[in-house]
Amino acid sequence: MIKKIIVLFILVVVGIFLIEAFTKIPFGVKRSGVSDFYLIESPQTNKVANVVTSIVVNFRGFDTLGEVTVLFLAATGLGSILYRRRKKKFHEARVKIASSRILQIGAQMIFPVVILLGAYIFIHGHLTPGGGFQGGVIIATGFLLLMISYRGFSVNHRTISWIESLAGMTFVGFGLIGLIKGTTFLQNFLPTGELNNLISGGIIGIIYVAVGFKVASELTGALDTFLLNNKQVTHLEDEE
Amino acid sequence: MTGIIIIISVLSILLIGSGIFAIVTKNLLHAVIATGVISLALSVLFFLLHAPDVALTEAAIGVALTTIIFIIAIRNTTEKEDDGKRVKKTDKPEVNKVN
Repeated sequence: MIKKIIVLFILVVVGIFLIEAFTKIPFGVKRSGVSDFYLIESPQTNKVANVVTSIVVNFRGFDTLGEVTVLFLAATGLGSILYRRRKKKFHEARVKIASSRILQIGAQMIFPVVILLGAYIFIHGHLTPGGGFQGGVIIATGFLLLMISYRGFSVNHRTISWIESLAGMTFVGFGLIGLIKGTTFLQNFLPTGELNNLISGGIIGIIYVAVGFKVASELTGALDTFLLNNKQVTHLEDEE
Repeated sequence: MTGIIIIISVLSILLIGSGIFAIVTKNLLHAVIATGVISLALSVLFFLLHAPDVALTEAAIGVALTTIIFIIAIRNTTEKEDDGKRVKKTDKPEVNKVN
């Protein structure tokens, strides 16, 4: 009881201080000129319609590389802890009960559309909302649909790691070319083209496609590892 | 204009309600579904507030991926939350057997 009172007291104190602080911040008032710079420069210099993509990939491209690295390290750690090579019949023990015919046919019909939507989102990342991360996650959920509806379905981890490494190398490689040809890492050295065209924005589109492939392959591998590593499989292994 | 305000307030009530439900309920599967509902309402809110990039991220990661990973974790552990009572040392083997 006394513990709950102490917790409530601390929450009230923290809340009062947060309200005090937030009321002092002016809302809707410009506090730095950097937003104007982004809003003017990304359509004019970079020729990118989606300002968010322009910031994420070009102005703050190094931060995006850091995010991709964090995701890569998380997937690698997960794989190194959970992934073990298994025989074919252990793959079939992933789902306890075979899914119904309706789910299987539905998954077959939805899967190409989901993959197409994900690819559309990361290819058009510089024109419409979304980009590499969102498209990659959508593609991974498409593969997840197949994994939970077909017992025998499994992804080839060797192929996935190849795709992932090539996409990561593309990202870093384009950054290094910018460093060699221009002045800074990830400088936009390609011709930027016309605003609102599919081929525009220089390296921004290429890098977002690479990020999309990388995120999709990482998350698909991680989900496959998760689903394989469950109790039924370990029980089967104990019986062997 | 008032229509949008009504939609936003309904979504906010849904968001807070499912958040409270996720804390209160003892069934972990229901709690995970409630967090999925939070993400869904939040992504619609982001879209209405002119942030389609964030809405897309929230819809893809919050609704689909996080929910699925939690459900996989629940499948490999238990579905019910324990009541916080400490287990005596003599009872421990039986508890493990139930799992």
